[in-house]
Parts: sequence; C-alpha cells; structure tokens
Amino acid sequence: PRPTPRQPAAGLGRSVRREDLWVRGGRVVDPEKLFFDERRVADEQRDCGGRILAPGFIDVQINGGFGVDFSKATEDVGSGVALVARRLLSHGVTSFCPTLITSPPEIYHKVLPQIPVKSGGPHGAGVLAGVHLEGPFISREKRGAHPEAHLRSFEANAFHDVLATYGPLDNVRIVTLAPELGRSHEVIQALTARGICVSVGHSVADLQAAEQAVRSGASFITHLFNAMLPFHHRDPGIVGLLTSDQLPPGRCIFYGMIADGIHTNAAALRIAHRAHPQGLVLVTDAVPALGLGNGRHTLGQQEVEVDGLMAHVAGTKTLCGSIAPMDVCVRYFLQATGCSVETALEAASLHPAQLLGLDKHKGSLEFGADADFVVLDEALCVQATYISGELVWQAEDARP
Amino acid sequence: MRLVILDNYDLASEWAAKYICNRIIQFKPGQDRYFTLGLPTGSTPLGCYKKLIEYHKNGDLSFKYVKTFNMDEYVGLPRNHPESYHSYMWNNFFKHIDIDPNNAHILDGNAADLQAECDAFEKKIKDAGGIDLFVGGIGPDGHIAFNEPGSSLVSRTRLKTLAMDTILANAKYFDGDLSKVPTMALTVGVGTVMDAREVMILITGAHKAFALYKAIEEGVSHMWTVSAFQQHPRTIFVCDEDATLELRVKTVKYFKEVK
Repeated sequence: PRPTPRQPAAGLGRSVRREDLWVRGGRVVDPEKLFFDERRVADEQRDCGGRILAPGFIDVQINGGFGVDFSKATEDVGSGVALVARRLLSHGVTSFCPTLITSPPEIYHKVLPQIPVKSGGPHGAGVLAGVHLEGPFISREKRGAHPEAHLRSFEANAFHDVLATYGPLDNVRIVTLAPELGRSHEVIQALTARGICVSVGHSVADLQAAEQAVRSGASFITHLFNAMLPFHHRDPGIVGLLTSDQLPPGRCIFYGMIADGIHTNAAALRIAHRAHPQGLVLVTDAVPALGLGNGRHTLGQQEVEVDGLMAHVAGTKTLCGSIAPMDVCVRYFLQATGCSVETALEAASLHPAQLLGLDKHKGSLEFGADADFVVLDEALCVQATYISGELVWQAEDARP
Repeated sequence: MRLVILDNYDLASEWAAKYICNRIIQFKPGQDRYFTLGLPTGSTPLGCYKKLIEYHKNGDLSFKYVKTFNMDEYVGLPRNHPESYHSYMWNNFFKHIDIDPNNAHILDGNAADLQAECDAFEKKIKDAGGIDLFVGGIGPDGHIAFNEPGSSLVSRTRLKTLAMDTILANAKYFDGDLSKVPTMALTVGVGTVMDAREVMILITGAHKAFALYKAIEEGVSHMWTVSAFQQHPRTIFVCDEDATLELRVKTVKYFKEVK
C-alpha cells in the first residue's frame, strides 16, 4: 500500500476545497498524520489538472442497462450484472443496487442468489449492499410499467408471504412496497429488523398511512411524484413526508428523484429540493435500454420503445424508466435547481450512502472512507473513475 | 541591525520570502549540507509562507535539503487541533513543499516529560549544526516566541506560562473564548534564538508599532525580549509602514536611506 496524493481540488467533507487527496490501502488517509506520525511523503503523485475529485456516484435504483435486464432469469445473471457494473464506471457510478421490478416468484428465486454483494474494482462498480426489489407488493392503480399479472399482497401471511415470494433475503437491501396494503406494518418491521431498507412507492397511500409506514421503519420514497397520489393541499399523500412533523425524531426521510428532465418537471424538482434538501437522492431508475440507443428493447416481462432520452411501454404513453446516466442526472439537477456543486454531488453520493447506513466508508472522501471517487471537469462531466484508489475508467481524450 | 521598511504587508512578506529564498540558494544545500531554518507561526508570517510556496511551485526553491525548527507549540492541545502549531505548519507550509518530514522539527506539547522534550530539541539544533537563519515575529508585548516579559535574555528552550496579553491576542483563534486558549507553551529561549547565525524578525501592522519602538529605540530589557537582538551581530527587522508609526522620524529616514 502506498500513499498517493492527487492534485489539487477535492471534495473533502461538505465543501469543495483546494486540497490533495491522499490514498493508501484503498482508503482516504490523513496526510497530516502521515507527515508527523509516520514521517512519510507520497510514493506516487498524479496531477488531476485542477479538476474536482468527488465521491463516486451511488445508484440505488437501476433496472439494468446496455441490453441487460436484471429482472430476466437468464442462465447467467452474474455476467449481465458484471457487464452493467463495468459500463456504469463511465457514468461515474462506483456502487449500485441492481433493481428487479414486479416479477413472479420463480424469477426472484432464480435471480436473487446470482446477485451477491460485491466490491467494486477494475471489473466494475460494486453491488453495494444488495439488490433493490421494487414490487410485487404494490398498488394496482399505481403499478406504472409493472406487469399487473404479477402483483401480490401479503394480507394472508404478512412476512411469510414476502419470504415465499422472494426466497432468501440475503442479497436484498431495499424493498419498495405500498404501505396501504393490509399488514404492511408487520412486513415493514420484519424487513427493517433484518437490516433491509423499506421504501414506499407505487402506492395510493395518504399522508397518514405513509407516516405510519415511516414510524414502522420505512426510510425511503421510491421516485417521488411518480406512481403515487399527486400532492393535494388537504392531503399531501406520500409527498407530504418531506415536511411531515409526525416522523420519529432525528429520522431523515430520503426520497429518490429521477432528474432526467422527463420524469419530473423542473419546478416540481425544485419544490421537493427546497422543501427537504437533505433527503434528496438522485436515482437513474434506468432500464436495459440505457446506453443502447433508439428502438425496441425488453424490460421485465414487457416491451419498451426508446426515443432519445425517453422510454415508454411499447404502444402506450406510460413512462417506464429513464435512460439518463447518473452523471447526466447530476448535471440536470444542478442546472434545474441552481444549487451548489456540492449539493448536486452529495445527492448522488452522500445521501444514498446515508440512506443505506454506509456513509462511514462510502459517499464521501473523509479520512477513512473508501477511495471511490470520480474526476470531474468544470461542467461536471466524468473524466476518470477510481475505486479503492485504483483507476478503473478514463475518458478517451484523457488517456495518454 | 538592519531595518527594512516596505510600504505594506504584501511587500514586506515578499521581501522576507525573497531573502530567505536567496539565503537558501546561495548556501547551496545538499546531501551532507543542510540549511537550517528557524520558523515562526501567527498571522504575520502567512504572507511570507505563501510566497515561499509560490517560489517552490515555480521550481525556483526546493526544501529537500532544508531542516526546520519551529519556535514554539502549545502545551496540552491535541496535535491535530486546528489551532495547534503543528496544524498551522502543515496547512500553511509543509503540505505545499518538498521538505522531508524527518527534517521538520516542532516541539511536542503533549510529551510525557516536557522539560526532556525541550532539552531534546536543543540537542537536535546542536546536532544539526546550529541555525543558519532564525525567522521570528514579535508579540504586542514585545516578546519573541513565547518569551514573555520577564523572561531571561539567556534562556533556553523550556515550558512557559503565557502572559495575559498573549492569551488575549490568541483568543481570536479560539472563537473569542478565553477559557479555550491554552495557558502554557513550550518555547525556544531568547538565548536559543540568539545562537542563530542570522536572525530575521517580521513585524507588520500598527498594533505592533509600540513593541517595535521598545525593541529597537529603547534599551535591552527583559520586559521587551526582542530587544535582546540589539546584541546580535546579524539581525534584520522587516516591517511595513504601519509598524513604524511609533518610531522617530529620524530612525525611519535613516534606515530608508540605507536600504
């Protein structure tokens, strides 16, 4: 292990500062301690040309990409995940939660064991803490692109129904469900007790039901505004969680936002951001068509039509996920809200890490954190990606 | 003495930095021949440090064969406290240059045996062949390093209790809360600095004017310890116009002409 300082601007803590980033053993280290305690200087220096070094992006909702569909039970799910993991590096994503949409139990039983938690590296972004299961315990009315035939309820046996549907939960990290479904509170509590993050979404819950879900343990909202009741001034619904005073003290409710300029109107994005900036988590909710281009592709059990940055359920006007890469979302978010660079970057790194309780080692460049970071130019375009202090991707024109 | 008067803080900082830079280069330091530099902290030398860093980054100055000895450090303040002199030196100087960490010496205010730490520091200076150029500042009470009024003019590195004037002056670095300011420090003695082959004192700002007057226009006195350098063969006082406000017009005119 060797210390490696980089120059010059780095995001250490909550602001962009002009510093060098020091890395050893895959972690960010304190150079002052190195100097005075160990009397060491750097073994290697890399000049990043005055660019911003930011924590690597973390995507907690991504259904696939580059032709790969996480909800499809192929014989070799592992290679599909690996392909996506590798291609995501060019978007600045260093960790992600592969997401499965509503599927029949056979799919879960076959696919989940093939997507273990895995550290990132030159091979690709890491599967951070596990898979995101979006459905099947969701609202019929708000299913969006999810196949109606496979929706389920857990009214009969609560958590046992959940286990029967998904199989073992070892590789599961986030579950999106509709809290208005009967016995949801038992289920939320049981999932939370297992360290699984529960998210409310694809739901017609009113604010009270949503607040109850949070009190039972829910901590995330899946793609705010989409697939839920619209904000109403006498019952704000799930959206009202952003400013609710009925949440357990000290608890921060996080919410995913697809900032691709299509899934959420810029004004709505600004309202959410201004109401509760600390909880905003940028997600791509990307579909397998991400990175592929215009035409017809497969998502779960359905066909999808891609045109530019838009993806619809074939033959309808229903949006079925975005194909905007994470770095595009970060730039759009910055421009649409006029927020600071730090705020935009934290929405894609620190906040998702906090949501998953992993912010000690991920989502920041504090001393002791994993050295997963991106080199960004002034426009916040990704020039290079590092995982554990190792260069894992570099833009064409940046290559020697 | 030499009294060098520059129009403002920036020019004074630059003059001092150029002087240090030239001294090091002319010395031609190398593997078996290190240049030893005594260094201060505080707000006065910040501009000088910035300039030295600039010369280093331009490729004009290397600290590879330079050994440094800081004047002082607070007692009982954690080394990584943002106001410790270790933090000051790291952030304002060491992290920007190519000095070998083994050659950057600062007193350890958390040593188990403080006097032993001081004695060891004196020995390190001796082993390094003495100090070629000791750069220092002046307190509003005329002290050099933490040699408060009443300190022996032949004192060596030791533990000192800080005077109220000093504590008040330092409060601004501790959120204005007097209770947070350290009350003791390890400091090189007046005698330690007098042993250096050359001494350069940086004095800027009107609030230091009276101390400068006492230091160079009045007699040698342990109440204004910087005055001891009247008896040093090679001392330069570098100051800005504001620092000369309490001097006689005659003194200022003379030294401006000499320069």
